[in-house]
Amino acid sequence: MKKSTLIFLKTLTWIACLYCVAKLVYGAITNNLGADPTHTITFATGLATIRILTISLAITPIRQLFPRLSWLIKFRRLLGLFAFFYASLHLLTWIALYNGFDINAMAADFVKRRYITMGITAWLLLLPLAATSTTWAIKKMGGKNWNRLHKLVYLAAVAGVIHYWWQVKPGVITPITITVILGVLLLARPILDWRQKQRNKSRLAA
Amino acid sequence: MLIRKPNDIASSEITGKSDYDSYLNRRRFLKGVAAAGAGALGAEKLGDILEPRTRAQAATKLQTVPSSLTTTGETNTSFQDITTYNNFYEFGVDKAAPAKNAGGLPTRPWTVKVTGLVAKPQTFDIDALLKMRPLEDRVYRHRCVEAWSMVIPWVGYSLSELIKQVQPLSTAKYVQFLSYFDSKVEKWWVEDPGINWPYSEGLRMDEAMHPLTLLTFGLYGEVLPNQDGAPVRIVVPWKYGFKSAKSIVTIKFIDKMPATTWNDQSSSEYGFYSNVNPNVDHPRWSQKTERRIGLPFYAQRKATLMFNGYGDQVASLYKGMDLKKYF
Repeated sequence: MKKSTLIFLKTLTWIACLYCVAKLVYGAITNNLGADPTHTITFATGLATIRILTISLAITPIRQLFPRLSWLIKFRRLLGLFAFFYASLHLLTWIALYNGFDINAMAADFVKRRYITMGITAWLLLLPLAATSTTWAIKKMGGKNWNRLHKLVYLAAVAGVIHYWWQVKPGVITPITITVILGVLLLARPILDWRQKQRNKSRLAA
Repeated sequence: MLIRKPNDIASSEITGKSDYDSYLNRRRFLKGVAAAGAGALGAEKLGDILEPRTRAQAATKLQTVPSSLTTTGETNTSFQDITTYNNFYEFGVDKAAPAKNAGGLPTRPWTVKVTGLVAKPQTFDIDALLKMRPLEDRVYRHRCVEAWSMVIPWVGYSLSELIKQVQPLSTAKYVQFLSYFDSKVEKWWVEDPGINWPYSEGLRMDEAMHPLTLLTFGLYGEVLPNQDGAPVRIVVPWKYGFKSAKSIVTIKFIDKMPATTWNDQSSSEYGFYSNVNPNVDHPRWSQKTERRIGLPFYAQRKATLMFNGYGDQVASLYKGMDLKKYF
């Protein structure tokens, strides 16, 4: 891929990823975040997190299916970091807008409510991944260790989706779409790995 | 702390009111225009061309009198927010859905059947109910179980006035309210297929007889918009919002606690009493604070008051009751 094309596509990715937060900032300035701005901010940042994280998880299976698209790997770090960015904003709305920075209220919330426990767990799982996202960290850790650590992203995504299910009203099924997509992506991996192995075997046999 | 500053008046609290004023002015202006153009042109049509949404409201002004039971010291939530941010699951689970979908609710002809353990069961026509007592302006705080709140200028009279007409028997201990339900008109009910329609709510007899419990026909001086429970609903200001059933067609006096919709859905989350109580958390969130609708995000958070601030009037109804157990 030409360098100019890559820069162009990366710029597009930045714009797409920043769209959500830009819309929130504009809405906050113009006092146009709907009737319940706190809820609007919470929901938008949470949804952006799980969506961007899911897109980043789609990259590996797509590359396995379509080797010509293997350049997509160049976008995975960017997406992962944006997912962490939105997860952090989401966490911050809970700290500031729901708990008013009151440590006791947060501690009570964390202990009492499983969806809060699960949400914070998801953020904590993303934290070391964001911290070791630099090329320097990959070199320092060695590819194998780095890869092993970054498998945590699956746990984080699953925790994020459970967090979503645990806080909707009984009977509400809106999280179903993202759950199905994530489920397909998670199942795709072992299947594609198995297919790859079979191919390698037959190639060796030939 | 950034958030808890109840004494500050946020700029948007002021706009909420001025929005309403300009809305009123617009209406007065429209009425003037309408009067001038009446006759040959047809005032309604002119209004329609000028501002269709306002015209629909303008035709339905209610004659009201002041009430000593109104809540003072609060800034009303804007008409816009009260009528576009609704929980009315028959018309969709999204808060914006009822405003879009409730247009088909047939509010005329409409009757309310009052039945059960009463000496004089009767079916009231909505227009007869509207004329039965003077309609009062009653501003109430409205606290949703989901931890958001509004301040709403309702129009109606105490439910007790209606109850007196039918003369409940001494065996009547509870009152059940059933909402209109037609799966063809309210086809969005499928979005929450777990609910057993029609929507059912209930009060203990003394709660239903309490003067604060309002048989409600309007808000902001106009008839209720459909999404807010037209043509008649109840409003019980010291309880979470879902207790205040909308679009009522049946009122039934019974001897046992009735089955109620959200309690059936999840009894650990939605109690029968559901009095606003900052000391009893919802399983999924704290009820100590609430978010006032229509304020900027940094000014929304407010402390929730016991009985939603109506404790002086209603606390005696629950004397000796363990409100943690009977939440």
